[in-house]
Amino acid sequence: MLRQVWSSIATQATSGLSSGSTSIFSPAGTPAHSVFSLSMLVLSITAAIFLVVGGLLFYVLLRYRHRPGEKDASQEPPQIYGSNQIELSWTVIPILIVVMLFLATARVILSTQNAPKPAAALDVTVIGHQFWWEYRYPKLGIVTANELHIPVSDPKHPTPTYLTMSSADTDHSFWVPRLAGKMDLIPNRVNTMWLDPEAPGLYLGQCAQYCGTQHAKMLLRVYGDTPAAFAAWVAHQQQKAANDSDNSAAADGRKVFQHTACISCHTVAGTVATGTFGPDLTHFASRDTLASGSVVNTPENVRAFVEDPAHFKPGVLMPPMHLSQHDLDAVTAYLMTLK
Amino acid sequence: MATQAIPTPTMHRRLWLEVVHDWVTTVDHKKIGLMYIGYALIFLVIAGFEALLMRVQLAVPNNHFVSPQVFNQLFTMHGTTMVFFVGMPILFGFGNYLIPLMIGARDMAFPRLNAFSFWISAFGGFLLYFSYLGGSGLYGAGSAPDVGWWAYAPLTMRAFSPGHSTDYWTLAILLSGVGTIGTAANIVATTLCMRCPGMKLSRMPLLVWLYLVMSGLVFVTISPLTAAQIMLMLDRYLGSHFFDTQAGGSAVLWMHFFWIFGHPEVYVLILPAFAFANEIIPVFSRKAIFGYPAMVAASVGIGFISLSVWAHHMFTVGMTAGANTFFVLATMAISVPTGIKIFNWLATLWGGKIHFTASMMFAIGFLFQFLIAGLTGIMLSVAPFDWQLGGSYFVVAHFHYVLVGAILFMLFSAFYYWYPKVTGRMLSEKIGKWHFWIFLIGFHLTFDFMHIPGLEGMPRRIYTYEADRGWMMWNIIVSSGAIFQTIGTLLFVYNMIWSYFKGDVAGPDPWDAWTLEWSTSSPPPHYNFAETPTVESRRPLWDLKHPDDPDSHYE
Repeated sequence: MLRQVWSSIATQATSGLSSGSTSIFSPAGTPAHSVFSLSMLVLSITAAIFLVVGGLLFYVLLRYRHRPGEKDASQEPPQIYGSNQIELSWTVIPILIVVMLFLATARVILSTQNAPKPAAALDVTVIGHQFWWEYRYPKLGIVTANELHIPVSDPKHPTPTYLTMSSADTDHSFWVPRLAGKMDLIPNRVNTMWLDPEAPGLYLGQCAQYCGTQHAKMLLRVYGDTPAAFAAWVAHQQQKAANDSDNSAAADGRKVFQHTACISCHTVAGTVATGTFGPDLTHFASRDTLASGSVVNTPENVRAFVEDPAHFKPGVLMPPMHLSQHDLDAVTAYLMTLK
Repeated sequence: MATQAIPTPTMHRRLWLEVVHDWVTTVDHKKIGLMYIGYALIFLVIAGFEALLMRVQLAVPNNHFVSPQVFNQLFTMHGTTMVFFVGMPILFGFGNYLIPLMIGARDMAFPRLNAFSFWISAFGGFLLYFSYLGGSGLYGAGSAPDVGWWAYAPLTMRAFSPGHSTDYWTLAILLSGVGTIGTAANIVATTLCMRCPGMKLSRMPLLVWLYLVMSGLVFVTISPLTAAQIMLMLDRYLGSHFFDTQAGGSAVLWMHFFWIFGHPEVYVLILPAFAFANEIIPVFSRKAIFGYPAMVAASVGIGFISLSVWAHHMFTVGMTAGANTFFVLATMAISVPTGIKIFNWLATLWGGKIHFTASMMFAIGFLFQFLIAGLTGIMLSVAPFDWQLGGSYFVVAHFHYVLVGAILFMLFSAFYYWYPKVTGRMLSEKIGKWHFWIFLIGFHLTFDFMHIPGLEGMPRRIYTYEADRGWMMWNIIVSSGAIFQTIGTLLFVYNMIWSYFKGDVAGPDPWDAWTLEWSTSSPPPHYNFAETPTVESRRPLWDLKHPDDPDSHYE
């Protein structure tokens, strides 16, 4: 374990704040920026209070400590029972600070929650599941999972993404710290939030409301794409599922997939697989990760996941399908063709 | 501790069974108080051990020390135990012991209700832990509840929580609530009806005032919690759908029920800590409390305002901007009376002669850490900031600053202060100071650094985390602090046992203090006072010691 510790520290030191950063202090979108600037105000006020009151405390402890050597050491100090003027002052000053902080806060609440929605905004429906994310683009006819692609937003022509959020089972929370604060996904209830990444890149996060056994590996990946890249991604996702009939292993795998219970939970558009309990796999191979961001999407990992889903994610709801080694290879080959 | 009386030459040594029988059937407020405290200390060790296991698991990313299932049970049991079976009983224990002594009464108003409340709460705690054996019912091996200590709906529905572990949780909370209401009713009746002659409400020790406010809060907050537990039982067994979202129930309804209990609960726990500070800081500063009327007003004010802030736990559930704004204002408003308290304590220290006993050192630790906890609380009250910080390790650090940094430190202070009264022996000051410094270091290592992963996006309640997020270094520091805290706690336990047998004899008034409990012998006789005392000011023993300049001239 010690070696693990040191190697991990070394990696952190060399990579610095790599793409893994999820710090709320490196905002990359309007909602995160407005929280950031408000937080700077709050931090400076609280730091000032801390210095004044903490300083007073230390001064008092030093100045008024009992000194056994002094000649009146055994005498009681003068008894003071209170002072209305002084107590009034330390009631009124905090009230003024509270009023100021409250007004600054109310402004950010209103500007974030009640922001007018531009006509160019993209709509995405987010549905939380135990333990993965479903994304639907109703106007574009796209259904995908776990990796959310949205366009970057130019301040001159803002193209924010509006998320309409709910849950299929327990409570979840969508938190990508660099883009915005979190918003809960609650069954039987619809919440909304918006994102407008200012630069292309990958923004990480994860579920922030305890939702069950595998809450920890319900990871979020938001890809901020340039307009061109986003258009290309949309065009690709709108295609039908690939059907590579030249690849015999894949054709085998397709048969296995369609004749086992896989299709009760997963959809591959244009085939008999129309289940909705698990992630949509139509363009599964186009994703960078699997198991809700837990591992890189390689044939080896896919095979390991299909063989025993709990290997990467103990508590995952997908059962092992007890496929033969041959069938496992075939299904893996098929899934990897679903580009 | 204190399972037998200190033998005196005239007393014959009693049989073991006699002693047990005596404790089980007692209705004496002092013995019930001690049983509350002993019971809470046992659970403190258990829940502390659970925390230690979690810190081992989280020290490095992708650790396999415990499984996710076990980890989820650990944080559920740790939170539930600490709030319901450590915090509440230990504070009620001190209240039970001290209130009658401080108001010059011979016992609580309802001694048998007192015993009933203790035993029903204790049964709740045992039921919670029995889930480790019986949680899965007839299905096989047991399992503890794993729904988190807020048990948000619909995770508690049978679809997501099969077996009986959630039922054990619900019943444990329900029983603890019954006991809590009983004791609260007892405290209110005792303080209102049992005060000795001359002790007007305006002369009552601040400790008793704070327990009165705390008990009032208990009435308002435990009721919705208990109602919610009953609704949950109905949902799980009789087919109702209060929280069953799949049948049209509301998850948010549970949140409201839980937090209208949950936030005032924080004040139920911290008001007794304030209560101890109000007695201990003046005695070791050798000065009267500064601004007694303002302290009473601030306590009552906190009690009322705390009932209107609960939804600040729900800034991310999608309330309207108007509702969010209201709860921001209500939450910020509570910082005003809280600030008054901190300033009045500072003013009490000002101009005093501060004696740095172990008890006072813990009280100063409380003051310093409560200041920081209050300031991070202000950050969290800013709803947009909370959208980032809520549900992250920043919140975990914040409320542990309150619960450990403020409440537990003040409890340690109270132990050092009142142990001589309870046992007749002084706790060792030397071990006490080691305990203070080691625990202080451990506390700050753990909970100062715990804020940082929260700012870097680490959510709470995850059994493991990704290696590339940069959270590991902070988590190692946080976990290492747990070792210091464990050592400090062991020193404390050792001190309590060693001093019981070997400590200096305390005498009735070792601290030269001013409230009535110090006017009787240590430990106090069963009847507390040979004759009912009469008081003429807030500090009856000051008047006795300074007949030339009594307090009654100034009040």
